[in-house]
Amino acid sequence: MTLHEPVTEPSASTTSTGTAASGGGLTIRGLHKILGGRTIIDNLDLSVKEGELVSLLGPSGCGKTTTLRMIAGFLQPDEGSIEVEGQEVSHLGAENRPSAMVFQNYALWPHMTVAKNVGFPLKLRKMSKTEIKDRVEAVLELVSLLHHKDSKPARISGGEQQRVALARALVQEPKLLLLDEPLSNLDAKLRVKVREDIRRIQQELGITTVIVTHDQEEAMSMSDRIAVMNAGRIEQYSTPEALYARPETEFVATFIGSMNRLEGSFVDGLITSGPDILGIRPEDVILADAPFAGAVPATVERVVPRGHFQEVYVRRGDTQLRSFVSGELVQAGQQTYAGVRKAMTFRDGRLVAEAGAAL
Amino acid sequence: MSNTPVSRARTASSTRRPPSLDSILRSALVGLFVILMLVFILGPLLWLGVRAFAGSWTFPNLLPDDWTLRWWQVVFNDGALSIAVQNSLFFAPLTVLVSAVICLPAAYAFARFDFPGRRLFLISLFATNAFPKMGLFVTLAALFYALNLMNSVLGILVVHVLGTVVFMTWIPAAAFAAVPRNLEEAARDAGASKLRVFASVTLPMALPGIIVAAVMSFLASFDEAQGTYLVGAPDFMTMPTQMYSLVLNYPTQVAAVFSILLAIPSVALMLAAHKHILGGQLAEGFQIK
Ligand SMILES: Nc1ncnc2c1ncn2[C@@H]1O[C@H](COP(=O)(O)OP(=O)(O)OP(=O)(O)O)[C@@H](O)[C@H]1O
Ligand SMILES: [Mg+2]
Repeated sequence: MTLHEPVTEPSASTTSTGTAASGGGLTIRGLHKILGGRTIIDNLDLSVKEGELVSLLGPSGCGKTTTLRMIAGFLQPDEGSIEVEGQEVSHLGAENRPSAMVFQNYALWPHMTVAKNVGFPLKLRKMSKTEIKDRVEAVLELVSLLHHKDSKPARISGGEQQRVALARALVQEPKLLLLDEPLSNLDAKLRVKVREDIRRIQQELGITTVIVTHDQEEAMSMSDRIAVMNAGRIEQYSTPEALYARPETEFVATFIGSMNRLEGSFVDGLITSGPDILGIRPEDVILADAPFAGAVPATVERVVPRGHFQEVYVRRGDTQLRSFVSGELVQAGQQTYAGVRKAMTFRDGRLVAEAGAAL
Repeated sequence: MSNTPVSRARTASSTRRPPSLDSILRSALVGLFVILMLVFILGPLLWLGVRAFAGSWTFPNLLPDDWTLRWWQVVFNDGALSIAVQNSLFFAPLTVLVSAVICLPAAYAFARFDFPGRRLFLISLFATNAFPKMGLFVTLAALFYALNLMNSVLGILVVHVLGTVVFMTWIPAAAFAAVPRNLEEAARDAGASKLRVFASVTLPMALPGIIVAAVMSFLASFDEAQGTYLVGAPDFMTMPTQMYSLVLNYPTQVAAVFSILLAIPSVALMLAAHKHILGGQLAEGFQIK
């Protein structure tokens, strides 16, 4: 019998709790904001450890930007406290906070050269000309843009503008670095490169960082921890691995990665009718040519090539399941046997059981 | 269409197709339009230029009978005329300055703050330009008599500034409003106070619009005649008001010389503004070019 090898994500290996080290980092408690008569941020708590990179991940309109703007000081929270390195900052204006922000559209000043843009925060701090010059050149070196120091922002590419914006934030040596969808205006290839650059620089400098994104791949690949937001609340706050392997809510399970969603119960490796919601990752749907324990005959309905693996839709009785298969090629119309090796059970949107079937 | 690139390429090797009636008609119309434009715009200017150097010029002749620089001498030697030039060069920059001091803060407020009656204010600014000017000035004169502002520098200044309020408010307001909030927020995030944000980001970015408004205000003040005449004559004569008496008291050649002089600052300013706004950094701010 040939077993089509399932594609598996790296397994969970973390035991992180949501408490910040006392003193360092960022601590938000009971944040609340009403805008236009609607509650946009609803009693939000978040703590980021010193030197940690945390992503705020969530669908459009869930309040990520609003949260970040309150941390940066552009928006006054209705309730709640924001502490940076143990210092309450919510009464301070943006200009007096120890945080620096990188804007989604970079917000470079078009009438200043790259060096002037990066040097402006230092000029405000009344540094001497030579010291400004040294620091600006050092930070432009860090983002590999020294050759563009006398260019105007309009003359350089989007990726370079993004790095100038990053340099302008880093030159302030902020205690907290805030980035609002820093990569969303870049093309796919550049996005991967720049996110690696950001992660490398962040780790080199050990700077506490909060990144807003709605791209799960981006969040998964660069964060120490991810706070998944939905409708102004944090649904789950854990490491990327834990988020994928043990989503606490149905929302998180659907939002992170992909999932087969069925109504029913999962008993001894078999799907039976039931009142709960089952979440089955495609890589937990096993296809084989010959029957095996827990397997049910199924028909391959559709095959989508995905490069190094195939996305296969099979019909098992009255349910359709999606599976990721690598190795031997599968054809549409082919008869096969499909088994489920793991399913998550959700009741009222929350994870109540996580059952694996013996294979 | 008969003259798409493809069909043209096909016929190019064989005989050239004669231009269609359609395209002949179109180029004829364009040509006529250009000629009319030249006649109506350049014609009077040309006549003016020739006139300023003409001795006598009798009717059927296309060119003057003799040439002379006499009229220029008349203008430069006449004390009243040179005072008028001085007055104009005094009032126009002062008007721009006063107007900027009054209107730019208002323009910023219109652009950045939403206060009750904001739209009404903005629209009513146009009202000053909506009425026939003379009616407004007559009312103004009545007020000026009461306030003792007739025949005073302040009175003329008020008249001139009034004529620039629309430019100095609307254009800079649009320029301020076009400065992205993000750029101001980025400056605050970098540690700049509100005043510093204005000086370092908002003002430089709105500068092209402000310069345009200043140029237009300068020209408006430089050309203002009706109100200045009513309020200032005969004690304060500027170049345009002096034109009135010139036309009445001197040969037309002197008026021609004078109107050329009157046009020089306008043309020079237009050229400078054109060069600075359409070239270099200011164009980037305006996204034109
Ligand atoms: N000034 C405001 N007045 C009223 N509603 C607002 C205001 N600002 C934001 N909102 C609303 O708050 C919600 C959250 O906005 P926010 O910009 O934080 O979303 P987001 O998570 O950043 O989304 P996206 O991924 O699209 O950027 C949205 O529904 C938005 O319409
Ligand atoms: Mg956003």
